[in-house]
This record gives sequence, C-alpha cells and structure tokens, in this order.
Amino acid sequence: MTKNVFAHDTSLYENRFPVEGGNFDKAGQVSSQIKAILKRMKLSSEIIRRVALVSYESEINIVSYARKGHIHIQVKPDYVLIEAIDEGDGIPDIELAMQQGWSTASQRIREMGFGAGMGLCNIKNFSDFFRISSDVGKGTHLKMVIKIDKVFDGI
Amino acid sequence: MTLREVKEILDAEVLVGQEQLDKDVRTAFGADLMSDVLAFAKAGSLLLTGLTNPQVVRTSDVLDIAAIILVRGKKPSPETLTLAEELKIPILTTQYILFETAGRLYQRGIVGCMERVDEERVRP
Amino acid sequence: MEYKEGREIVDLATIVKALDLKVRHGAHLLDRKVTGGFTGDLLSDVMAHSSEGDLWITRQIHQNIIAVASLKDHAGIVLVQGNEPAADTLEKAVKENVPILVSDWSGFETAGKIYEILNVRGG
Repeated sequence: MTKNVFAHDTSLYENRFPVEGGNFDKAGQVSSQIKAILKRMKLSSEIIRRVALVSYESEINIVSYARKGHIHIQVKPDYVLIEAIDEGDGIPDIELAMQQGWSTASQRIREMGFGAGMGLCNIKNFSDFFRISSDVGKGTHLKMVIKIDKVFDGI
Repeated sequence: MTLREVKEILDAEVLVGQEQLDKDVRTAFGADLMSDVLAFAKAGSLLLTGLTNPQVVRTSDVLDIAAIILVRGKKPSPETLTLAEELKIPILTTQYILFETAGRLYQRGIVGCMERVDEERVRP
Repeated sequence: MEYKEGREIVDLATIVKALDLKVRHGAHLLDRKVTGGFTGDLLSDVMAHSSEGDLWITRQIHQNIIAVASLKDHAGIVLVQGNEPAADTLEKAVKENVPILVSDWSGFETAGKIYEILNVRGG
C-alpha cells in the first residue's frame, strides 16, 4: 500500500476554483487565473507551461462533460498538485477514454476544436504523476502532480 | 511538382502510393476538422492533415485528392492504411508540423485552393 | 530594426504589412515579436504543441481561442479565409491583450507567407 506522500507538506499556495459544466464562455478562466498566480510566484516557465496545460484540459473536460466541478491546486516546495473533481456521468471505460482519438464529444463541441480525444493523453504526458478514477453516474476525479526541480525550477 | 519532390521537400515517408510518385500536384489545403476536409477539398490537391481516420481516405477518394500528407509524425490506423491501398490514395507522413509543411511547399511553388466547394467567392 | 545573431527579428507589424492583414484588435501591440508559427484548429493540439511567441493561424472564431492564445503566450492569432472573430471573442481579446488579425488567404497560403517571412528574415 503506497503512502499518500502528497498530502503533508505545507502549501506555499492553495486554492479551489469552481468550474461550471456547459459554460464555454467561462471555460479557460480558471486556468488563466492559475497561470497568473504561478507567474507571480515566479515558478519556472516550464512548470507554468505544464500546469497551464494540465489545468486547461481538466477544465475543458469538466465544461464539456460534467454538470459542475472544481479545480484544486496546491503549490508545495517540491511539486504542484492539481486535482480536477467533477459531478457528472462519469467515465464507464477509463482505458477507452485514455485512448488517443477516443471521444464522446458532441458535434457542436468538435466543431469548436474540442473533443479531439487528446485531453486525457495530454494530461498524462505532461504530468509526472497522474491518477484518474471515476464512478458512473457520480463523476470523475483526476489527480496530477508536476514536480519542481529545486535547481532549475526552484521558487 | 511531382509527389516525389513533395516527399523530398518534406523528408517524408511514403506509406501508400510508392508507384504514384510521378503524380503532378500544384495545390494544397490543410484541414484539422473533418467538416473542413469535406468543404475545402479540391480535385487534384494535396491534403495536409493530422487526421488519421478512414473517413479522410473515403473523402479523398470521392473528391479526387491527389495525396494525403500526414503531419507531425502522425501515423494512420491499420484500417486507414488498408482502405488507402484499396482505393489507391497515396499517403505520406512527415515529421514537420502543419505550419512548416505548408511553408516548405509554398516556398517551392505549391499554391492554396481558396474556394469552398459550396460557395463562389471573389477574391481580391 | 532589431537584430539577433545577424538576422532581423520579425514583429507583428511586418507580417501585418506583408500579408495585408486586417487588425481587429491589437494595433498598439504590433511591435510584439513573432518567433514562429502554428497552424491548428484542434485546441488540444495547439495547447500541447505550439510555443510561446508563435503566431497562431486558425479558422476557429469562438471565444475559447483567446484563453488558449493567452495560456500559450502566443504573439497573436490570425484568422484565415476572411473569417471574422465572434463579438465575445473580440471582447476577450481586449481583456486578455491578444492581437486578432484577419487574413483573406486560405490557411495554407497564410502559413506559407508567414513561414517565408520568418525564414527569410527571422528565427
């Protein structure tokens, strides 16, 4: 049983941002806010780039597929922990959902350039640690960690 | 230019259509969305895309696309390859991104095809 | 004119002039440097593969393009085929300081022309 090593360091910054399902007008706002905050904290551009992407893809997933959700970010000395938790239909087959190109997006969503089936893959590729769990009929929970290298990325 | 020259300019790999490299091409268009492939396809043109599904091949066949150029190292699914071989639609794949692929071809004289097939527009 | 390693650095103004682009927002931001180009209509692709300083070439006109351009620190967005930005897109562009340019050329031609400028003169 692996210890949950991510919960106990003091956070340098922590916040929880609500995301409204179906609201494409607001989609991306949370990620922009997170990016601005990380910039002010003077994290390296590489870390900011990866957090921005992971946050954005998670946010868009909540907007595209869930009723509502939130993005919880914790910046610790050695890593950034991002959790995207939503209330919605959940994902029946996670393995399928993780496949490149697999998408359940509506035509409208696809026409906007979303729903290419790359979101979860991108999140996984840009994170150092990625976990996804889902309850059909309840919702989905993503957990992503991006490690901070004290020498190169240090605050 | 010939498809062979396209292959060289893009440092591309020929997945389907090794025997069609003498084909002549003059125009190209890029499309990321299937609806755009349908709307902008012009007979005899090159299609630059990251889409790797079989519908792209079907559309190319129906609309007489000269060849499909897959960008950013994208590889077609096995069904796509099989269909392309059957319908004899050349597929090349290049490591370059769509922007660079278009740039390289444009520099060597390939031009765009600007009209939608369902609209007539007068261009300046 | 700025030089980097003996070559001119290209700014938005140069590209606007060369392609006769219409400036829908950002007339005061045209001194921004353009260090590359990226063509794409799938937002995940753009998020994963474009770079800071890129000029993003797309036919997507909805307001979600602003968040992407802002998150990726693009030099600006060029809408192709004469596509005009949606009203809320322009509003967001103003708020987020994202230049919006319109090209009458196709995506292929727009990319080709910008590529030419960047490679003859810049990066």
